[in-house]
Amino acid sequence: MSLRITCPHCGVRPLEEYLYGEVPVVPDDVVGDDARDLDRAFMRANTEGVIRERWFHAMGCRRWLWADRDTRTDEML
Amino acid sequence: MNEFIEAKVALQWQQPKAAYDVVIVGGGGHGLATAYYLATRHGITNVGVFERSYIGGGNSGRNTTVIRANYGIPEAVRFYQRSLELFASLEDETDRWIMHNQKGLLWMTHTEHGMRAEKARAAVNTAFGAKTRYVEPEEIKEICPQIDLSGGGKFPVLGASYHEEGATARHDRVVWALAEGAMHRGVHVHQRAPVTGLLRDGDRVTGIETPDGPVSAGVVVSAVGGHVTTLASMAGLRLPIRSHPLQAFVTNHYAQAFDAIAASTDLLFYMSQTARGEMLLGAEIDRQPSYSYRSGHHFLESCAHRAMTLFPFLRDLRILRQWTGICDMSPDYSPIMGKTGVDGFLVTTGWGTWGFKAIPVGGEQMAQLIATDKTPELIAPFSLDRFARDRTLADRGSAGTH
Ligand SMILES: Cc1cc2nc3c(=O)[nH]c(=O)nc-3n(C[C@H](O)[C@H](O)[C@H](O)COP(=O)(O)OP(=O)(O)OC[C@H]3O[C@@H](n4cnc5c(N)ncnc54)[C@H](O)[C@@H]3O)c2cc1C
Ligand SMILES: [Zn+2]
Repeated sequence: MSLRITCPHCGVRPLEEYLYGEVPVVPDDVVGDDARDLDRAFMRANTEGVIRERWFHAMGCRRWLWADRDTRTDEML
Repeated sequence: MNEFIEAKVALQWQQPKAAYDVVIVGGGGHGLATAYYLATRHGITNVGVFERSYIGGGNSGRNTTVIRANYGIPEAVRFYQRSLELFASLEDETDRWIMHNQKGLLWMTHTEHGMRAEKARAAVNTAFGAKTRYVEPEEIKEICPQIDLSGGGKFPVLGASYHEEGATARHDRVVWALAEGAMHRGVHVHQRAPVTGLLRDGDRVTGIETPDGPVSAGVVVSAVGGHVTTLASMAGLRLPIRSHPLQAFVTNHYAQAFDAIAASTDLLFYMSQTARGEMLLGAEIDRQPSYSYRSGHHFLESCAHRAMTLFPFLRDLRILRQWTGICDMSPDYSPIMGKTGVDGFLVTTGWGTWGFKAIPVGGEQMAQLIATDKTPELIAPFSLDRFARDRTLADRGSAGTH
């Protein structure tokens, strides 16, 4: 079955209605302006596990929402 | 093995040693090719390949097997052209039938802008050694009689680039041939052997952790496909990689011969016929990063719909199977190979949706780097430090598919 995401405004809706919104986080131990810019632009945690992310409900209420997802299973938490 | 293998592959399994000169993590095409070329070109055989599942169980056994060199930038055209040539002689070299089949690849376009892009592709290919020319609709119809040039009235085919040396090969046979060739020369390949950590001495990587204990290594090579970020993080290294699922499917048997590989930049799908006569289709990655092998109906629906626009005969076929692989996507659609800034730790990654064709050249170049400790010229542009040096290699010819 296809992935479903719960929108606080519209309820449980299929993945295809949403656009993905990445949340890049530069770790604190990356120091120096250049290093932080480089990390922000390109480097990613690419976590195998639970991540916090944003989705834009493009074909619904057109608002951003936050979600927690386990990237190993695509289970929405 | 299966119905496609005529003689048993001679794989000699051994117990892991406590130390190897070279440890390769990941028994996909790139890991095994690196081992194969270390053994055959440099006589380096004290090599251990550690695969957590079975060899070829990752993307190397899940891809749609397109081999092509019609990329969009000089560095890539040269690199993939080398792989095309290595692929063409791999059968003779390994004495294994890998079902290498030169089919020709048509890359169709339906817009003015796309016509310029395909003409530019043909020009850059010709200049840097790949055989690609721009073709008009009449010739497209000759090469691929099943096409509806009107594109269902919506996507008329205005032209295409034609890459005569575009080919396919049976993916798991490639993996087995390389494993066999390496093991025959003394390389150890271990299956069900996950690498769970990296041994470090200060900042230097000195070996691996496995459930059966530590194994020390002169150098550790990461060839773990979509899981590279997790392994690299054990060396304290962050990478510009996002792992995305990529899906594909095959139909039941199509009675006619479909000789070419057909692709459309604007419709974002590609298709070829397997040796069994099935039509094999793929398209773009899933948008959200994920490690889940879940396949979805939406992909089937949208990919099939786009493909039927150009190939109405597909309407009469049925979908037999679909599957998913996890791709290590780089931000510029080019590979990331070689030294990492962490001593003793090399990567071969950023193979994304396009790395099957690069298995021979990737292995050849990584082996040369390991044997000489110098980055070969062919892969110098692809090193990880290009992001810090502001020398990214954005390649429209890579396109994020096959
Ligand atoms: C559907 C699909 C279609 C594609 N189509 C094409 C195409 O037409 N043409 C093309 O050129 N490319 C294509 N590709 C891309 C191509 O398949 C890959 O780029 C290529 O196979 C990568 O090979 P690899 O050896 O780097 O990775 P993989 O084959 O994925 O091998 C990595 C191995 O590492 C193992 N591993 C992971 N973590 C660990 C660990 N901690 N310890 C031990 N082992 C570990 C995995 O089990 C796996 O076997 C496609 C990919 C997919 C998914
Ligand atoms: Zn909503």
